Amino acid sequence: MGSLILRKATRYLFPVIMMFSIYLLLRGHNEPGGGFVGGLAAASAFILNQLAFDVRSTKRLMNVDSLTLIGVGLMMALGSSVFSMLYGQAYFSSHWVTIRITPEWQLPIGTPLIFDIGVYLVVLGVTLAILLSISNFRKPSS
Amino acid sequence: MLYAVISGFVAAAFLPLMHRFLGERATLVAALVPLGLTAWFATFLSRVVSGEVLVFQTRWVPEIHLELAFRLDGLALLFALLISGIGALVILYTFAYLRGNAHQHRFVLATLMFMASMLGVVLSDNLILLFVFWELTSFTSYLLIGFDHEQEESRKAALQALLVTGLGGLFLLGGLLLLGQAAGTFSLTEIILAGGALAGHADYPVILGLILVGAFSKSAQTPFHFWLPNAMQAPTPASAYLHSSTMVKAGVYLLARLSPVLGGTETWAWWLTGVGVLTLLTGALMASAQVYLKRLLAYTTVAALGFMVMLLGIGSASAVQAAVVFLMAHACYKASLFLIAGIITHETGETDVRRLGGLVRFMPVAGACAIVAALSLAGLPLSFGFVAKELVYASVLDRYMVFVPAVLASLLFVLVAFQVGIKPFLFGSRQSSGTPHEAPPAMLLGPIVLGLACLAGGFFPHAFAGALAASAAAAIQGGPVSNFNLEAWHGVSPEFVASAVTLVLGGAAVFAAGSWVRFGNAMKPLAEFGPDRAYFATLKGLNLLAVWQTRVLQSGSLRRYVAMIVLAMVGLFVLSVLRSGELPVLKRNTPLTPSVLILGLLIMLGAVGSTIATSRISAVAALGVVGFSVSLIYVLHGAPDLAMTQLVVEALGAVLLVSAFLHLPSFHDRKRWVGRFQDAVVAIMGGLAMTVMTLMANDVELAPSIAHYFAETSVLLGHGRNIVNVILVDFRALDTMGEITVLAIAGASALALLKLRIPGKRRS
Repeated sequence: MGSLILRKATRYLFPVIMMFSIYLLLRGHNEPGGGFVGGLAAASAFILNQLAFDVRSTKRLMNVDSLTLIGVGLMMALGSSVFSMLYGQAYFSSHWVTIRITPEWQLPIGTPLIFDIGVYLVVLGVTLAILLSISNFRKPSS
Repeated sequence: MLYAVISGFVAAAFLPLMHRFLGERATLVAALVPLGLTAWFATFLSRVVSGEVLVFQTRWVPEIHLELAFRLDGLALLFALLISGIGALVILYTFAYLRGNAHQHRFVLATLMFMASMLGVVLSDNLILLFVFWELTSFTSYLLIGFDHEQEESRKAALQALLVTGLGGLFLLGGLLLLGQAAGTFSLTEIILAGGALAGHADYPVILGLILVGAFSKSAQTPFHFWLPNAMQAPTPASAYLHSSTMVKAGVYLLARLSPVLGGTETWAWWLTGVGVLTLLTGALMASAQVYLKRLLAYTTVAALGFMVMLLGIGSASAVQAAVVFLMAHACYKASLFLIAGIITHETGETDVRRLGGLVRFMPVAGACAIVAALSLAGLPLSFGFVAKELVYASVLDRYMVFVPAVLASLLFVLVAFQVGIKPFLFGSRQSSGTPHEAPPAMLLGPIVLGLACLAGGFFPHAFAGALAASAAAAIQGGPVSNFNLEAWHGVSPEFVASAVTLVLGGAAVFAAGSWVRFGNAMKPLAEFGPDRAYFATLKGLNLLAVWQTRVLQSGSLRRYVAMIVLAMVGLFVLSVLRSGELPVLKRNTPLTPSVLILGLLIMLGAVGSTIATSRISAVAALGVVGFSVSLIYVLHGAPDLAMTQLVVEALGAVLLVSAFLHLPSFHDRKRWVGRFQDAVVAIMGGLAMTVMTLMANDVELAPSIAHYFAETSVLLGHGRNIVNVILVDFRALDTMGEITVLAIAGASALALLKLRIPGKRRS
């Protein structure tokens, strides 16, 4: 697909969608969003890039293999349970730390965020793994 | 105690690292573990012998009655000492036996793990824990038998041992679970305290049957005996350790351990004695045709295991005592003979006893050890084997149905003792080239120590083994320790006469060895119909079944797969409705708002449109209408999270479908009306089932709803206002973990399939 308009638009859209996906991920705890939809949004950014350019440049843009993303994501999600195990609580009990920025502006941060980032990475990795390899698929020549 | 049991596993975990720094010397370091364990267990001797039972408990998973509970009494200590003591000797032996083998540390690693598992089996005080260790011994023995994994025979033998003992393990699991339920506890100590009360339980025959199958398969009793001789493919140290002195005795241990609980009944006595005698005879018969060192020994081991099971079946005080002493003696001389067989093969490269002879000139120390061990196996006076055999004879003298097979097997022991331990060293001449040397010290240590044990047990049996044997026998009988007298020389008693007759006849058999072999060879066609054949026939049948069902289910046609999934879902649903006998009734009716009505119509239009579309692109577009309308319904009902996700999935799904189209055959191939009719039937059935299911789900009142709980605690406990997300990542994080794991596996497999470029057949 050699559309100049699409290419030009993608250059600007890609970072916006990526930022939006991270926004979705982070705000997910209080507003609609979360790791799952965030991961999908990020995947759609890469897919847009692939439609506008090609698979190779998209892979360069990703910089890591999608399988690595999946693995890291799974490990992060699983790793967020380590705290609950260390404290001898029920598996996957959450732990929170409150960061005081100003007295009325406090930010609680907890293990569910790590877990959600893990979900985000797995969803992104799986979607890209399937979509990119299908686009890149060539019929075996025989 | 827990640390003692797991020390073997820990050491095994560090072994590869040690191997990197120390090379083969890591094996010597590893040998320190069983050595230390032996010393440590020995410190308990005086307390256990005085009748004390030590129980060690650590909580593990109390919800499923699983405790890390260990029990040390006479029986457990006897086994623990054998396992760790012989373990140390075997690992030292391995150091020299596998010298130069690049995978030596792997072998030692598996041996250590095996040792730890075996210790776990004999020390566990919890039925489930015992089973876990029991299975671990099967797995580690698989690794040990298949050590030469580049040889097909090894792999086959390893698999066979694993499958046979693993199948037995399944039976055992069933038996142990039923036993635990019947007794109301999984603690062995409590079960043993309850004593023989279980024999009257309604489930007793089932429990006994299941446990017996498990124990018999592990201890190579007929008809499961065939795996043991085949397992001789293992390197000799493994054969000496697993297949003579420890693992095969796990079944005997279990029977002994449960003797006070399950024993004492007619059924118990009949089955154990019957199978024991049968095994005894099978082992003896099969051994007669063997000419290879290790196979000869393997079949005598089968016979010896039959001996022990038979004695436990008789169950009288004298029989149990005889079983214990026989077990000790057997472990000493059989392990020693295996190690010596390994030395002979290691130094001469020969395994056929017919081609061995006169080796004592070349290896005097090994020869001396061999002769000592062989005399013990033959049961000559002033050997440990003699003491054991006298006890055995004394306990079975009045039962000729058992006595005659016992004499026959002992006769065979004399013959094998001559062929394996004496002939290769003292008689005949060697028929192979090269000059054999004395084995290195590390290899001789085992036979020397075990040989000394044979002698000590022969000359001073009471001082050497009396006290421990007495407390082990007490544990088997479930009574207090009553000391019994072990004597090197009983005087001329009936059992001595029987012994003497055995020796004389055995000696005669040695001279007629040729005709024995001929007799065995004549019997060989019979062996063709043995259980070995049944085993391979079963394996072949399983393979054929697998091929057949793969051909039927995995046709390779995507439409067929989808149809099968849908039909399976419909079938399960219909089945569950029929079973509940309750037809779905619409109880709650949600009124339709105009907006939902319009969206519903759109969805229907899209669905119909996708089925009559003339190109794939228009079908995808029609499906898109469905998807977007559904997400709008989510929005209307206040589920923005779902709606958002649905929207993105729709968009990505469209991209996915379109990129996949490029690789699909032309759309018009699929337009034959028969196929389309079938598709329609499947689709309508699936749709109907799904509709009814949804309506039913709407009717179900989950009492009391947990929605309120989540709504109230979301901010308090989860620090989040988006309840859906808090549930996903916090309250039900484990579920999500499972989901993303499935997702990851699906992604990785899709990737693997797409990258796998098998040159396919072109469609004509």
